[in-house]
Amino acid sequence: MRTSRKRLVALVGQPNCGKSTLFNALTGASQHVANYPGVTVDKMTGWYKHDGARVKVVDLPGTYSLTSFSPEERVSRDFILHERPSAVVNVADASNLIRCLYLTFQLIEMNIPLILNLNMMDVAEKRGIKIDAGRLADRLGIRVFPTSMKSGRGKAALVEAIAALSGEVEPAKGARIDYGKMEPFLRKIREKLTSETTLGENYPVRWLAIKLMEGDAEAQRLVEENHPAPAVFLESVAQNWAVFTAHSDEMPEIHIANRRYQTAGEIAASSIEPPSMAARPLSDTIDRFVCHRVLGPAILIGVIWLLYYLSIVQGYRLTGLTWPLLAGLRDLVEGAAPAPGFIDIPLMRSFALWFVDSINALLNYIPIFFILFSCIAILEDSGYMPRMAFIMDRVFNRFGLHGQSTLPMVLGGIYVGGCAVPGVMACKGIPDERSRLATILVIPLLNCLAKVPLYVLLINLYFAAHAAWAMFFISTISLLLVLPIAKILTLTVLKDKETAPFVMEMPPYHLPTLRGVLGPAVERVWLFLRKISTIVAAVAVVLFALLQFPGLSSERTDHYRNQKEAALESFFKGIRGTPYAQDLQDEERIMDLILYGDAYRNARMKASGQGAMESLAEEFKRRDPLYFQIVQPGGDRDARQVNRAFKELHQTRRELLQTMRKERIDNSLLGWLGKRLEPFTRAAGFNWRINVALLSALAAKESSVATLGALYEQEESGETLEQRMAREEGELTSLHALALMLFMVLYPPCLAAGIAVKIQAGALKWMLFSMIYPMALGLGVASLVYSGGKTLRLSGLEAMFAFYGLALAFTVLMGLFKNKTHYE
Amino acid sequence: MTLNEMKPGGACRIRRLLAGNKLGQRLLDMGIYPGLQVRVIRNAPLEDPMELELGGYFISLRHEEARFVEVEPR
Repeated sequence: MRTSRKRLVALVGQPNCGKSTLFNALTGASQHVANYPGVTVDKMTGWYKHDGARVKVVDLPGTYSLTSFSPEERVSRDFILHERPSAVVNVADASNLIRCLYLTFQLIEMNIPLILNLNMMDVAEKRGIKIDAGRLADRLGIRVFPTSMKSGRGKAALVEAIAALSGEVEPAKGARIDYGKMEPFLRKIREKLTSETTLGENYPVRWLAIKLMEGDAEAQRLVEENHPAPAVFLESVAQNWAVFTAHSDEMPEIHIANRRYQTAGEIAASSIEPPSMAARPLSDTIDRFVCHRVLGPAILIGVIWLLYYLSIVQGYRLTGLTWPLLAGLRDLVEGAAPAPGFIDIPLMRSFALWFVDSINALLNYIPIFFILFSCIAILEDSGYMPRMAFIMDRVFNRFGLHGQSTLPMVLGGIYVGGCAVPGVMACKGIPDERSRLATILVIPLLNCLAKVPLYVLLINLYFAAHAAWAMFFISTISLLLVLPIAKILTLTVLKDKETAPFVMEMPPYHLPTLRGVLGPAVERVWLFLRKISTIVAAVAVVLFALLQFPGLSSERTDHYRNQKEAALESFFKGIRGTPYAQDLQDEERIMDLILYGDAYRNARMKASGQGAMESLAEEFKRRDPLYFQIVQPGGDRDARQVNRAFKELHQTRRELLQTMRKERIDNSLLGWLGKRLEPFTRAAGFNWRINVALLSALAAKESSVATLGALYEQEESGETLEQRMAREEGELTSLHALALMLFMVLYPPCLAAGIAVKIQAGALKWMLFSMIYPMALGLGVASLVYSGGKTLRLSGLEAMFAFYGLALAFTVLMGLFKNKTHYE
Repeated sequence: MTLNEMKPGGACRIRRLLAGNKLGQRLLDMGIYPGLQVRVIRNAPLEDPMELELGGYFISLRHEEARFVEVEPR
């Protein structure tokens, strides 16, 4: 019974028909986005109250048609067929009715409770188009409601109509398209369907027959599942298909579509008064500049620059403001975690801090993402996005990519300093599956911000005299690697993936609305966080274990204990005879003092201004006058003596902790792995320490430099990591550095990017592939550069130029090859 | 002649779609059907793809796809 069913309204319509405006107008703030399971299509749902009843609204993805070619079309069609909404609202652009009716006819054939909503009436009227809604409703056999959602015109009537339709037991059937010479074929298939299967109970048989003549794969699947002898049946369909094709000039699917357009044209002609004069829309005028031969690319570069500047540069500035919040979170955890001992740091404590640091590293990106997603939403909302694709398609198409790969690649870091996560996330809209996957898979090879610290470190160390050249090399080489790799991927692993024709609408420009921009931006950030946080947390745990265990042997622990005792002994000796000696007799008190000293120093670093410093001193003095005297001895001679001894102890402890940490990493599973990998990375010139650093960078690339910092311990304070590395790795040359940098260019995506790959590519196997192939490739390239360079006795700089030349030549060569496309 | 041979600024009527299957269906879904009047607006800055006006809205497609649309210039 329809009346007892819960009220569920589905909105269907072609892209750019104002469907989201209607959705927003109906549901207000009560909406949310999710993904349809298994496909990367957004699922917007919301609800509103009408006459005390709760009405759920689902905004189906915009589709031009309802075949089963694209995920959007499949999702929309399956939803209508299987969820059985109590009302389906077909949103149409009133100024573009013929094309919209093409979709309307497909909906009518599905025998569903349908309303046609002529939206954007204001635009149509402005263009002088007059629509007789009553006549249109008569001809179509369904109810028609003109609205203009921007001003809310017609909304109340539409809501009433939805309620009325939801209450109807037997909704109007709608007009029937005459498929002319195909009708006899349809009748035959229908009869067979009705007599041989029970499909008629759940599906409109005429619709199914039409779909079968169209060669629709999903319809065939339905038959296979429901027919006792599907092979025989489908054979008869194929025969009908062949006979029709032979007897007419047209392919059946073309004939069907043609008839729909012809009927749409006839109906439109009888109920629409076309514009008195062809208005030349403002959009076309704008396009004369935006798509201009010279101005177009210039504007594109400007837009890209602005995008970069706003999201990456200003976004990072914004993280400066949000970082204290995250640091506060860390402080909170630090306070709650078990207190550290002199050299025994409780496992719970290091784990809690490691965990917070990992999560914080991710949360730190939020301001950048927010700005980025807002910018993307502006580009999408305004209509510039398709123009970007229009301008760049020729270049990218040569390499198996797509015009719509432009934005993702820009975000990923075409120059230095992108981020693969938003880049991969922006691949969503690329309709061509092969190009989309290729884009997703190569984006992590672009230069994200996290790769930069290592570049800077190595360039300062080994290419200081030619830093500008090295920087230019590293920032452009990634593009020269990405393009041919994309091409190779599309010719090999992605060879059999579906491609789609590049037929793209260039919608009129719109002024973006605040709601249309902020809404999606907030939603996307939220979706990203929810999906990613759990996985990042899980991997943080695994990596922690890999770095922590098996830990130090009891011998080594004893060794460090002895060192600790010695340090304490020398401290006691140092303070003997002072009035403080009595108060600082046991380890517990001393640990207390160390924590107090650290807290004071941290607080001082955060405080600014004379007044703040003074009140801070007051506060700490109140907390513990004795400790304060030691930390801030002033003129007191005894206190100064204790202060000196304390500083020394403090320093010794820090060094001990660092040495222990290094040894723990050396002994850890990851360290073991690094040593085990040495034979494989020897050709690339990496020693085990570099291996460990690179392995630890798997979670986040920033860690590479941090791990190197931990591995190359500090002997004297103030020594930079550059100096330490230079001292300890005397045998490393600029050739090693070049190999290492190139490996970093081709480094697998970080965890967050890996997850993004999984989300956008839709399968775990692509995530794994995206992790493994760059690793192999990176090792290959690094080995080629290092071993090749060594054999030829090239310096790092010479090898750099040589490799650049090779990459450039290879890219040009690959670009000359044309990807074959087959259209039958 | 076929659509890809049209020069920017030229107008024509679509006579027939030479591709079936995915491309043909896609062209029809996007509103390119026999009998329709079409105007070629421009080529992209690198010559490909091309932009068309079809009775009030704008579509871009690659030349290799436009080869499958038979037109009759006006």
